[in-house]
Amino acid sequence: MKTSFTVNGQAASLDLDPRTTLLDALRERLDLKGSKKGCDHGQCGACTVLVNGQRINSCLSLAVTHEGDAITTIEGLAQDETLHPVQQAFLAHDAFQCGYCTPGQICSTIGMLKEAADGWASLVTEDLTADVVLTDEEIRERMSGNLCRCSAYPQILAAIRTAGGLA
Amino acid sequence: MKPFTYERPADVASALTLVAKIPGARFLAGGTNLVDLMKLQIEQPTHLVDVSRLPLAEIEDTPEGGLRLGAMTTNSQVAADARVRARYPALAQAILSGASGQLRNKATTAGNLLQRTRCPYFYDTTKPCNKRAPGAGCAAIGGIHTNTAIFGASEACIATHPSDMAVALTALDARVETKSGSGEARVLALESFHRLPGDTPHIETELQPAEMITAVVLPPPPAGRQIYRKARERASYAFAIGSVAVAGDRVALGAVAHKPWRAEAAELALEQGASPAEAMAAELEAARPDGHNDFKLKLMARLGAACLTTTGAGDGQ
Repeated sequence: MKTSFTVNGQAASLDLDPRTTLLDALRERLDLKGSKKGCDHGQCGACTVLVNGQRINSCLSLAVTHEGDAITTIEGLAQDETLHPVQQAFLAHDAFQCGYCTPGQICSTIGMLKEAADGWASLVTEDLTADVVLTDEEIRERMSGNLCRCSAYPQILAAIRTAGGLA
Repeated sequence: MKPFTYERPADVASALTLVAKIPGARFLAGGTNLVDLMKLQIEQPTHLVDVSRLPLAEIEDTPEGGLRLGAMTTNSQVAADARVRARYPALAQAILSGASGQLRNKATTAGNLLQRTRCPYFYDTTKPCNKRAPGAGCAAIGGIHTNTAIFGASEACIATHPSDMAVALTALDARVETKSGSGEARVLALESFHRLPGDTPHIETELQPAEMITAVVLPPPPAGRQIYRKARERASYAFAIGSVAVAGDRVALGAVAHKPWRAEAAELALEQGASPAEAMAAELEAARPDGHNDFKLKLMARLGAACLTTTGAGDGQ
């Protein structure tokens, strides 16, 4: 089935078996191997990409449903040799060990920071009608959909604090 | 996944027609549960009718002072809505206590109601399950997993409904609007939307084949405080092992039955002047734990009493 969307600003037009997930289309058809297949069931977050600016699990989304969408993956974040501020913060804080979950962590962070900037509450937001303050507890709750098997969580938290202008 | 065909009709009428006429066709919304189950071949639709872009994604004020949540509103959108946060905090809390940020960005209001149980034996295709194969038997009965029903279970099924959102919607007395056929509309109380398992646990709701949820309608918020609290096995991103929603004088419990469980005995006890602990004891009299899930009695007694104490439900009696 013919499907067209943009990936990191580039137009892509693919003839897809409807069973193809967005993750498999990115990795297997467009050779963008940055987005990772961890659990393939929406439980680990390694496949997180941004679709029209929102973070989603690309493993649970059929590629044919993304006609016309603007998709951003880890490969599309740096501007030439200049890393995205969230990438830079992950490097500065050594916010990984094996690195497998990192592309998902970084894309998820970018989506999460926008959600917080837009005033979205989380479960740990005490006053649902007040402005959001990104405390460590808030960051942990909002990032709970991204697992790190190496357990680099303290450094990931520090990187997100820096990237979010909180430290 | 088994092979299937896919199309994205432009309007509700076309979507209804397609699902009615194609055997094995299913509506696809956010897909966070359906696609997962298709990978496991627990769901095997022949044709997917993508309804995610239909114009059903608005949150509108109703003339009676409530809100109409379009079927395709996302969980994130509803939880972020200023009106929901100010007037239906139990709903915002319930949604935000479920899944992850990524999943809530895709998952829809209608899809949340129609998600399948997370009973491990439903997912384990090497074990019998009356939901997957009616008549096969139930491996959960006598099995080692403990997150099973204490209310309304049957000899065919002891699974629970996994939704947080639906528990809050039950306490808030929400209604489900549907369309079918050539656009015939129906309204069902959420409280009676999901079914107890009986001897047909594979039939989970009152929806007819090819009937589509178009909206969930919230009545004006009830007088009194609201709360949603959830117990789970880790601090975030896990299904409930027990949850409680209180909205004014209405109480609903989650992860205890095949449907969101309206705690009418507790409500009645509160109306008659019972304390929070007495009200929960009255509700739990009807509970039938199976030896593996007995912990839910103590859990629900304490969680429920804490919520009722916090909201002061029944204090005005």
